[in-house]
Amino acid sequence: MSYIDSFALSLPEIILSFGAIVLMLAAAWMGDKASKAISWVSVLLLAGAGLALLGPAGSGGLGYDGLYVADPFAAFAKLLIYVGAAVAILVAPGFFNRDGEMRAEYPVLILLSAVGMGTMVSAVDLLTLYVGLELQSLAAYVLASFLRRDDRSAEAGLKYFVLGALASGILLYGISLLYGFSGTTSFVGVAAAMKASMGSGLLFGLVFVLAGLAFKISAVPFHMWTPDVYEGAPTPVTAFFASAPKVAAMALTVRVAIEAMGPATGEWRQIIIFCALASTILGAVGAIGQTNIKRLLAYSSINNVGFALFGLVAGTAYGASAVMTYMTVYIVMTLGSLICVLQMRTADGTPTEQIAALSGLSRTRPALAAAFAIFMFSLAGIPPLFGFWPKFMVFDALVRVDMWPLAMIGIATSVIGAFYYLKIVKTIYFDEPAGVLAPSRSMIEGVLIALAALFVSPLGYLMIGPLGRITQTAANALF
Amino acid sequence: MIQTIAFYLFAVMVIASAALTITARNPVHSVLWLILAFFNAAGLMLLVGAEFIAMLLVIVYVGAVAVLFLFVVMMLDIDFAELRAGLSRYLPFGVAIAAALLAEIVIAAGVWEAGPVQLAGRTAVTPSPDQVPNIEALGTLLYTRYLFVFEGAGLVLLVAMIGAIVLTHRARGGVRRQNIMRQSMRRAEDATRMTNPTVGQGVEL
Repeated sequence: MSYIDSFALSLPEIILSFGAIVLMLAAAWMGDKASKAISWVSVLLLAGAGLALLGPAGSGGLGYDGLYVADPFAAFAKLLIYVGAAVAILVAPGFFNRDGEMRAEYPVLILLSAVGMGTMVSAVDLLTLYVGLELQSLAAYVLASFLRRDDRSAEAGLKYFVLGALASGILLYGISLLYGFSGTTSFVGVAAAMKASMGSGLLFGLVFVLAGLAFKISAVPFHMWTPDVYEGAPTPVTAFFASAPKVAAMALTVRVAIEAMGPATGEWRQIIIFCALASTILGAVGAIGQTNIKRLLAYSSINNVGFALFGLVAGTAYGASAVMTYMTVYIVMTLGSLICVLQMRTADGTPTEQIAALSGLSRTRPALAAAFAIFMFSLAGIPPLFGFWPKFMVFDALVRVDMWPLAMIGIATSVIGAFYYLKIVKTIYFDEPAGVLAPSRSMIEGVLIALAALFVSPLGYLMIGPLGRITQTAANALF
Repeated sequence: MIQTIAFYLFAVMVIASAALTITARNPVHSVLWLILAFFNAAGLMLLVGAEFIAMLLVIVYVGAVAVLFLFVVMMLDIDFAELRAGLSRYLPFGVAIAAALLAEIVIAAGVWEAGPVQLAGRTAVTPSPDQVPNIEALGTLLYTRYLFVFEGAGLVLLVAMIGAIVLTHRARGGVRRQNIMRQSMRRAEDATRMTNPTVGQGVEL
């Protein structure tokens, strides 16, 4: 395979990295005045990278001597990643402009992070995996402390950096063990070595690699950073963290578990079962006492990651497609709710994150209240809304491999989780108005909320057919 | 045989000095332990026949640590008088460590003469070290087979640079910057004036 073919396979990454470098130069010459234009060009670049997936980059197979793969699974994950990144860029100017903190580096960092995430989901070699993960994380650390005058933002960045570096160290240690005991870094080679003999060295490598990845998807017991980082980071950045990197890390975990550790399914299944159960339970229980909406959504994301992992526990193609369906619907719901949080500004325009500020929202801003309620019902997985479907799919995948006790525990935690989602709806609809939120000033946010609400509304069920086919094709690429 | 002994020597020393790096109460001591850890890691590299990486480890990391050392001294409040006070007490210990380091270097040289260790089960893509020099093999692999990850690593460094600027750079107002272009565009006629003042009238400024 010549280099031209390999370049064609990684066209989305090439478009994004060259675009990011050119935009960085533009930012250096034109200054922060141009940040709005740079944001729009970044969104166009993401759209271009998404279009490139239609070509060989969508299903061209292995490239770069087996370091990189362009298959439908990677292509679908990249599509979700680009959507998440584009939304995070679009909603940023409205948030940062108020403090005069909108800088042109924001979209550039998100683009570079998207390159890293694309590399992660296309990785079929431990080296590619690690470089992609570091590129994504490093950009994320900077983004978390983007509001450098805000103490909480700086704290979030520092915490994320220190804990993330620790997780990278654990992951790297696992990778070195896998390499040491299998003699190769490619996923196929590691799988072959595991098939030949599953020694304790490989087992330790497996555990450490999964621990490192569990940190990135914030599954319990590696979730400690999530509430603090989500709360402290600027809200558009929180929206980004809760969507694109989650999808990338989840897709990467699925690929590593199935392609690199397929012969050791019995071994990793125990770990994933523990993570899934602990995440759903802790995510449901931990959120109950929260008064800050971003913290609550952080616990909600831990909870949702647990549900998505149930699909992986099944270890079948159907289970993997359930994971991808889950992530698709999850990022729409979570982006929608975080853009709603962006709308929460007191009368003088100061952003507020207290759940109490939502009291009586239905009387002051009925449309926003309705959107909030739709997202909350959907996150709770209540049937007429689309959030029910992916939950149904992951439990269906479990039942198909006769793991119904797990499915039952999952359903029970889902009911516990419904409590805090419904509490927000109660605050919005039945409490006395506490104060008036400032009217919306951003057209884009309104449109995005409406689109997300439409997607998770019962109309979303029309998507089941096409979404099911796409995720099935994606999942089949792994087996 | 000598290779096995050397491996365990270096490995134990790496782990021990790494543990001491994080447990030492004095940051200056931590830095010194870190240097010892790097030297031993370089010894391990030498053992598998990667001389270039071994040298790189010593030159780059020990160099970087020297800079780190400066930062530690600059940023932390360390009482140097107290540090020096124990010199005579710690001198034997310091000499012992220096001797250990010297012995390790001798052993490493001996091992290197004995040839590299064959790693079990390695299906590495690297050419055999006795046919292609280390640096050449590294360069060939980096720019061909591992091109993608190499460029990816470059992007990681770019992000680190952007991040450092985003988080620390502040545009200051009211600063008069040197504008070399304006300086060289300026002509003598614009800046100077020839006058011919009459005697006793004073000058007009």
